[in-house]
Order: sequence, then C-alpha cells, then structure tokens
Amino acid sequence: MAPADQQPQPSATTPLLSIRNIAKSFGKTSVLRDISLDVAAGEFLTILGESGSGKTTLLRIIAGFESADFGEVWMAGERLDTMPPYKRRVNTVFQHYALFPHLTVFENVAYGLQIAGRAKSEIEQRVTEALARVKMSSFAAARPANISGGQQQRVALARALINQPKLLLLDEPLSALDANLRRQMQIELKSMQREVGISFVFVTHDQDEAMVMSDRIALLRMGQLEQVATPREIYRYPATAYAAQFIGHTNLLRAEVKSGLARSHSLSWSTSLPDGPALFSLRPEDIRPASGAASAVSFRGRVKQRVFHGATELLQVESGDLLLTIRIAGKEQTAGELQLEFFTQDAVLVRESAVRT
Amino acid sequence: MELQVKQSRPLAWYAALVFAFLYLPIIILIVYSFNGQGVGGFPPRDLTLKWYRLLFSDGAIWDSVWNSLLVAAAAVAIALLFGIPAALALDRAEFPGKTLFRRIVLLPLILPGIITGLSLLMLFREAGVKLSLITIILGHGTALISVATTEIFAGLQKFERAQEEASLDLGANYWQTFRRVTLPNLRLSIIGAALLIFTLSMDEIAVSFFLIGRANTLPLEIWGRLRRGITPEINAISTIIFAFSLCAIVAWYRLRMRSESGQEITDELLRSTKL
Repeated sequence: MAPADQQPQPSATTPLLSIRNIAKSFGKTSVLRDISLDVAAGEFLTILGESGSGKTTLLRIIAGFESADFGEVWMAGERLDTMPPYKRRVNTVFQHYALFPHLTVFENVAYGLQIAGRAKSEIEQRVTEALARVKMSSFAAARPANISGGQQQRVALARALINQPKLLLLDEPLSALDANLRRQMQIELKSMQREVGISFVFVTHDQDEAMVMSDRIALLRMGQLEQVATPREIYRYPATAYAAQFIGHTNLLRAEVKSGLARSHSLSWSTSLPDGPALFSLRPEDIRPASGAASAVSFRGRVKQRVFHGATELLQVESGDLLLTIRIAGKEQTAGELQLEFFTQDAVLVRESAVRT
Repeated sequence: MELQVKQSRPLAWYAALVFAFLYLPIIILIVYSFNGQGVGGFPPRDLTLKWYRLLFSDGAIWDSVWNSLLVAAAAVAIALLFGIPAALALDRAEFPGKTLFRRIVLLPLILPGIITGLSLLMLFREAGVKLSLITIILGHGTALISVATTEIFAGLQKFERAQEEASLDLGANYWQTFRRVTLPNLRLSIIGAALLIFTLSMDEIAVSFFLIGRANTLPLEIWGRLRRGITPEINAISTIIFAFSLCAIVAWYRLRMRSESGQEITDELLRSTKL
C-alpha cells in the first residue's frame, strides 16, 4: 500500500537547503501554505505543479526576489531568507534567460566574476572554460539577440554557474524551446548537474520533464505539497488522487470496503483495509487481457474507443457502468468484448487530496 | 473597395502639395540666405555668402546662440536629474496619488507657454529672484522634466525586469545593478529624451519671454530683430540651425538603426520636433 506519510523525509545527513513552514500571500490570495521541504547536497529536486500552484513563488523566495510572510529558509547552516539576494550563494536560470542584451555572451558569463572583483586573467580563464563546457566558445563575442533560444539557454546556465553556487535554481528554463531541443536539453542539463555535483531545484509544469530529470519530485498544488518522492515512487504509489492523475494517466476507482472486500461498481477484490469508503488508483498499463492467473481480478469489458500511440495503445473499455482506460502493447489486436484482469496490489489506495481548504 | 493605379494620381498630387506646404517655406528661407539682393526680389539672383560673413562678425547673434546652447544643456541636465528618479518611482514605487501624478505629469508641456511663463515669473518675483539666464534655465528645466519622465518611463516599461533580478542574483547590489544593467538599457530613452528636451529648449520662446533678463536666447534675439524688419542674416542663422538639426536627427536615426528597441522613441521624437 502507499506510504501514508506525506511529510518530507529528513535525510540522515543534514540537508543543504531547508525550507521550513513557508507561507506567502499576495493580498488576500494565499499562494503558499506551510511548505516544508529539504534538498540534499547534489540532489536534483523538481518542484512540479500547474500554473498558479505557487512553484515559481517558492523558487523566488529561495532566490530572494520575494519574501515569505512566515517561515524560514536555511542553507548549509546559514539563514537565507533574511539576506538580500546578492548575498545568497544561490544562482538562478530564469524562465526567459534574462541575459543582458547590452553585453556580449562572454561579458554575460563574466558578470558575476566582475562583480566579485576577480582578476582579469582569472575571469578570462574561467569564462573561457565555462563557455567551452556549454559548447558556446565560438559565440563569445555575439550578443544574446543574435543567438538561438537553445544557445541562450546554455549561456544562461554558464552565467549562473560561474560563481560556483551551492545551489542552482531553474525556473522553467526549457519552456521556451521546441519539443526536440527540449528533450535534448533535458538530458544535457541532467548530465551537467551530475558533472558539477551541485544541487538543482528545478521548477516545471511538465510532468514528463520532471520524471526524466529528477532525483525527487515535490508536487505542489494550490500552495501545498501533495507529495514529495522519487519519480518511481510517486508514479507507483501516488499518495493522492491528484498526484495519480497529474503524473501519468490513471483510473480512479471509488470503492466501498466491507469485511475485507473492496467493491467498486461491478468489480470486487479482497483487501486488508478497514470498512468504509476508499479511493483507488489503477494505472492503465496494470489492466491487461486476461491470462487466467488465479490471484488476478478478472472481468469482461467492451472496447468503446481506441487511441493508437505507436508503442502502446490506449483503449476506453466499458464494464457495466464503469469506464476504464487501459494501455496495451500497440501490436496487440483487440476489438469487441475482452476478458481483462488486474492484480489487487496494483490498485493503490489514494487519499482524496492533501489540500486543506 | 479597390484602389487602382489611375485613381491614385490625385492622391499623389495631394501628397506633393502637402509636402510643398511643409517644406517650401524652409527651402525659400535657405535659398534667400544666399541671395545677394536680400529677402526681396524674385527670382533670387547674385548667389553670395555675404550674409554669412555678416553673421559671423555679428557678436550679438553669437552671444545669443551661446546662451541658448547653455540654457538647453542645463535644461537637459535638470530635466534628466529629476526625470529619471521620477520615472523610476512611477514604474516601481507605490505611493498615494500615483495615478493622478501619472496623468498630470505632462501638464506643464500641454499648458500654454504663456501660462507657464507668467506663473514662473510671478513665483520668481515673489521669491525675489532676479531674472537672468538662470531663471530661464529653471523655467525650461522644470517644464521639461515631464518630457524626461515620460520618455524614460516608456523605456522602463519595455525593460525586462528579470535582468535586474539576474544581476542581483549574480552578486551585484542594488546600485551596481542600476549602473551596470538598468542604466545601459535605458540609454536610448535617455538620449532620446535629451535630444527632445534640447530641441524644445532651443526654440522655446513663450516661457523665455517672461523670464528673460538681460541676456537674450537665440529665438528672442531673432524675434527682436524681426521687429526691425527681416534681414537675410536671420535667414543665414536659421539655415545653420536647420543644418544642425538635420545632422542631429540623422545621427539619432543611425543610432536607432543599431538597436531595434529605439523605434517608438524615434517616431515620437520625429513627430515632436518641428522639422
């Protein structure tokens, strides 16, 4: 069954970044409500959420562009939220990169070092290295307006990493790129993070992106954390109905448990849950054509609609008054009436939502 | 409705007429500055540089030119000094009466010069300030703060604020950020405002008329001489001013071509100057 504990697990070692009970309102709108979250050193953590979930506000509070109404932010034993942004050893890759248009690519990357008053020779050397690392050496003299979106993205990354921050914040840095470049940059960013070994806090609304890149995902909804877990865990054991639906597809089964038997419409299966109503999430790929396994819950369904995706195919199946989505291999031939089955352990108990209103 | 080639011929004539109406006076002014017989006589005969020679030896004119340049430069300095912070406040700060301030900031420019001039005169009288170039400078400067404020406010509205955050993020404090990121991004707005204020101050006559002390500005000097009749010398100095204005506009246009963001400012500038 799903782990019921929703609080982030403090790791054995002290975390690099510790967000404690952060709350923030804009006027009467409450944007963040009691957020507590830890980021370990070297971790790639994604804050995932829809627009308006408060994810960017949370990032801006860490960076210092917004101040929280309540709560604290600590980094490596130092209180962060009382410092001005320019004193924090945190750097940011902005959503639209925010490169300085009046400076060249080289000068953009050098900016942090110049402000820090580094020697000219050191700046020269470090910027050259940084540009080489993001494969932008040949564009050193170009202005940001004259390079492509993907290139701007690389420059923004080099600029943010030049001061060797302990933590890099990324605010939807890939959202302006087209799909192909985006996938490529996801891989590049991830390997860059491994290479430099610093913590990344990455904000996105794209659940695929979060799955591909993250060590852990913090799912934010209406200013509250729904679940904080590894991509695998959050997919396999979504804590809430919202988490189950936001990350991947799912079938939500509203069931009634009575003396060890869960009953949802025409389906029923044995469970160890106490009596009462219960909500289950059943992934489309966990329902398959029946093999006759004894432990499986078997039922008949009629194919209503099919959507071909290449490797897989999504079917809308009607069973009694229940409409289920199932995912099967694209090669399989299916039509009309089907005998289907799922294993009871794949029906994961989920809570309605973590959001208190 | 289809507009055919034949039908557009009257339009072309109309356009030509408009252009003639706009530019013929200037052309005549220039042509007669080289006319040996002065402002009378058509067609102009005896091309000469006589009037220019006369002009160059005319001390009073050059004093007034120098005064006007001084006034314009000082007005630019005053207007920018107050206009930039005012624009920043309008863009960033929240204060009571902000909307009202934004609405009335252009008022000094819209008000007839005669009212601005008269009210300033009364103020200076009351304060016991003796009229001189300084009072003209103060008059122009204060009246033109509104131009600086609106121009730079427009520039700030187009400025991407995330750049400032990026700068703070990279360790620059607020002042460093302003100097190294905000100000360079406002460069075109500031140059545009300066050019506009300079031009407006150079040919301002109504406010100056009330605040003038002993030293004349160029427009007042020209006006004063015109009362004694038009002389080709005036045509000559006007031609020189015209040439300088043209150079300034061309220089500004070139500058703008190097940066796409200056577009609107230029259009506004071209609209506002009386060229």
